[in-house]
Amino acid sequence: MIALSQYLIVAAALFSLGVIGLFLNRKNVINILMCIELMLLAVNINLVAFSHYQNDLAGQIFVFFVLTVAASEVAVGLAILVAYYRTRRSVETEDINSLQG
Amino acid sequence: MLETVFFNLFAGLSILSAMGVVLARNTMHSVMFLIFCFFNAAGLFFLLDAEFIGIIMILIYVGAVMVLFTFVVMMLEIHTARLREGFLQYLPMGGLIAIVLMIEFIGAATSGVFSSGDMATAEHLPQSVNNTVEIGQILYTQYLLGFEIAAIILLVALIGAIVLTLRTRKDAKYQKISAQVNVRKEDRMRKVRM
Repeated sequence: MIALSQYLIVAAALFSLGVIGLFLNRKNVINILMCIELMLLAVNINLVAFSHYQNDLAGQIFVFFVLTVAASEVAVGLAILVAYYRTRRSVETEDINSLQG
Repeated sequence: MLETVFFNLFAGLSILSAMGVVLARNTMHSVMFLIFCFFNAAGLFFLLDAEFIGIIMILIYVGAVMVLFTFVVMMLEIHTARLREGFLQYLPMGGLIAIVLMIEFIGAATSGVFSSGDMATAEHLPQSVNNTVEIGQILYTQYLLGFEIAAIILLVALIGAIVLTLRTRKDAKYQKISAQVNVRKEDRMRKVRM
């Protein structure tokens, strides 16, 4: 029998890896988006685990909404990235400073 | 017993592939590792009696979102070497924050609130319970407003992505319907007295 805390530890590890990935890959916008996906996945695992152990389906419904927001975020983020790449030929975060003044 | 084996397999592989996402040199490899991570997370969802969420995870995340990622990675020309410059520069700070965060999370998870009492263990639902039916019954009644808001969010994202990437070509020849309909006789015909 697997305890709830084991699932929480897995999710904690995934979330921490997402955070450390944000720091390491801070130059590449695509990698940053992927690390955000990793953190959202950790949150989803937490929600489903609590849903199962409390026998309440509301947690699984919330995973839906997280998924919706994550999917739209990726779609709009990558669209911005493609539009930016067309003008600047680069996806480095350090080059994205045209609004700096 | 088998469940524990599968839990360890899915959990270990998802954490390993998450490390692969962070550390891979090639962006394409990161995407592949993330796809593998999502598959293993779907396996964890199956172990938690959330079959529908697990399938949705594979269909939407792997089938749509990660395909979008691979598409963008392949379309853009990315200089990996330049992006890797100063890769370890923020490792001390980022590692410290991540380790502190991890210790906090694990402390909270094993503090006794979740590791003992009613919530610590749960029996599996009987075979007759249909997860999809159960979710449908509360998603379309109790959470109907949230469902519709989610639909609108997706619509806005769809329109936004199209508007952002749409590029009208200046040399393309378009038909202007309104100009054609509104044309008058005088615009096209001129009487010339000979």
